[in-house]
Amino acid sequence: MNKLDNKQRVKFYQKGTFTVGNRLVDKKARSVQASMERSNAITSGHRACQGCGEALGARYAIDTVMRVTNNKAIACNATGCLEVFTTPYPETSWQLPWIHSLFGNTPAVATGIAAALRVKGKKDVRVIAQGGDGGTTDIGFGCLSGMFERNDDVLYICYDNEAYMNTGVQRSSATPPTARTATTMPLGDAPGNVFGTGKSMPLIAIAHNIPYVATATVSNLHDLETKVEKAMTFRGARYIHIYVPCPLGWGHASDITIQLARLVVDCALFPLYEAEHGAITGSTPIRKRVPVEEYLRPQRRFAHLFKKGAIDTLRIAKIQKMADENIKRFNLLRKETESFDGVTGISLKESKYT
Amino acid sequence: MLEQIEGSSAVAKCIALSRPEVICAYPISPQTHIVEGCGKLVKSGKLKNCEFINVESEFGALSVAIGSSATGARTYTATASQGLLFMAEAVYNASGLGLPIVMTVGNRAIGAPINIWNDHTDSMSMRDAGWLQLFAETNQEAADLHIQAFKIAERLSMPVMVCMDGFILTHAYDRVDIPSQEKVDAYLPPFKPRQVLDPANPYSIGAMVGPEAFMEVRYLAHEKQQRALKIIPEIAKEFKDVFGRDSGGLIRNYKLEDAETIVVTLGSVAGTIKDVVDKMREQGKKIGVLSICSFRPFPKLEIRNALKNSKRTIVLEKSLAVGFGGVVANNVMMSMQGTGVHVYTVVAGLGGRPITQPSLEKMLEVAEKDKLDDLTFLDLERDVVERELKREHASEKSGPIAENILRDIAGLEEAKR
Repeated sequence: MNKLDNKQRVKFYQKGTFTVGNRLVDKKARSVQASMERSNAITSGHRACQGCGEALGARYAIDTVMRVTNNKAIACNATGCLEVFTTPYPETSWQLPWIHSLFGNTPAVATGIAAALRVKGKKDVRVIAQGGDGGTTDIGFGCLSGMFERNDDVLYICYDNEAYMNTGVQRSSATPPTARTATTMPLGDAPGNVFGTGKSMPLIAIAHNIPYVATATVSNLHDLETKVEKAMTFRGARYIHIYVPCPLGWGHASDITIQLARLVVDCALFPLYEAEHGAITGSTPIRKRVPVEEYLRPQRRFAHLFKKGAIDTLRIAKIQKMADENIKRFNLLRKETESFDGVTGISLKESKYT
Repeated sequence: MLEQIEGSSAVAKCIALSRPEVICAYPISPQTHIVEGCGKLVKSGKLKNCEFINVESEFGALSVAIGSSATGARTYTATASQGLLFMAEAVYNASGLGLPIVMTVGNRAIGAPINIWNDHTDSMSMRDAGWLQLFAETNQEAADLHIQAFKIAERLSMPVMVCMDGFILTHAYDRVDIPSQEKVDAYLPPFKPRQVLDPANPYSIGAMVGPEAFMEVRYLAHEKQQRALKIIPEIAKEFKDVFGRDSGGLIRNYKLEDAETIVVTLGSVAGTIKDVVDKMREQGKKIGVLSICSFRPFPKLEIRNALKNSKRTIVLEKSLAVGFGGVVANNVMMSMQGTGVHVYTVVAGLGGRPITQPSLEKMLEVAEKDKLDDLTFLDLERDVVERELKREHASEKSGPIAENILRDIAGLEEAKR
């Protein structure tokens, strides 16, 4: 999971953060972001909101791809925030060849690029496709499944901020239960998004038996870089699902993006795991478990759960139960020193939100 | 080489001769035999250096084509009917991005009611999508037009749709001259993309364009089609120089010189109409046929010049602009503004309804006396329609129209009530 050796893993965690300072790790394992040599594939000056998780995740992911491919990569983008805020022409943030076609066809366009590169014998040029959760789990789902099933040589990255943010925060199939969106209003008997809906795209990806699947978050950028780097060692279809908080859509302060991305992992609502060829190969244990309240409370999209004098303990408990299920499924409370011993009780038929 | 061959196989062979580098396949009748034929040629090694990709939908097919074309690969796909509608968003996108993809449309009706037979409703739904649309009259021309289409598309950097009548052409065995690889290579140079995704020269394609520039971008798409009005005949002439036969071009005129009545049409039905014209000319009737090859761009001036001396023009088309009349007729009327030539619309052959010589003859006899309705539905069973209208008036819950009519024409008593 982590590119640090065991000795370092124990030694260098900074108090309270569980992240590792760039200076404290081996030169080889350092993030490219601190280096003058970083490709800066998404250059500054773009129009993302302050505290945008997607901009951060995309920059790290694409810069890693650029590093490992020696700047020989082509990016393909779904319609959405990332597309809009990076290309307010005549400005563009993209320092690599980049194409945007439609909202729902990004994986297929990437397939076409990969096919053209193959037929032209350009094996060294690699293809990345990227989109938000709406573009990935909803409108692009058919094309994505097709790309996976054919095992086309594409790394698809989903930046998941759990709703359609570009159109004004509407529900997607990645929106969690109780979350307020413009189309899941915090009204009535079941305020916000309902329970028992939604899908886990990473598990669906795993069910396609593709070479590599991983989840990552912008609170652990070393881990994110490692997973992108690892994904690029495979040929064929690969999928990385990156959790990216959205201050605008979630209604949180723009300076707690990283904190929320960490809390979602620590409360087990977003487990970090990897899979190869259809089998889960590892998960990242939670080092300091927190109740789901800590993650939910700072976000206005969950404000109706925390009304003064009327805390919705029932629904909070149901969300906690989802987190507990994840802990069991992905073996998230084992000790750091214990190795991953596989996942018990995982059923690909179960919904992400039961 | 002359071959007795199915239309789809002839087209597949000519696609292969054009050396495409990526072919996307998704099955829909009646275009299936074309991509199957292409697949066979790829897998057997006869078509080298080509990726044949089975995709998950028509939307996927054209999207893969967008990706490969933008990466500089000569790209081909085929579709029909519902498939063309399912990929509609990508159809507009491919032309908006200026990607020279070639796509066959095996023309077929659009449901509901579901119908697999031939008419032109599918292609007509995409007439304003920015693609060039060439309609084949025969299987020889369908085969030839595909070779020309790559050349036209790549010269303009715009996608081209080659439309051929489903079943009537795609599934018909006919004599087709399949050219040699050497001649096709001499005719069709390798693809030099105008824009290409390349790490050595990175740029962004598909950025958002606001009100400050959108009009200009759209105008240039129109301007490109106007340029195509010159390029299509040029490329047809180059074709004749190499292969020795007339194929393609903007329009085809048949016995127009002294014609008082001219039938305008497109696709394979032109052959039937020509036979009727020959017969009626023997009776001294001055009739001619104008068959449109290039529906987009629409050759307004050429059509106007060809029709302006006629007394009347009858547009016979396999498409219906519901609530208005004719799709092709509308375009012809626009071209004839101010000439005083009366343009009649005859909608015929919807959903595969045979267009017979006796019906055409009867219609033309009425037209010659200027007694034709402005909008005529050829061989429409009026009594069937009347009975369904009666059922609808009789009950608010008269049920699904299509099923009622099928029961009615099967002679079921309950339906006649």
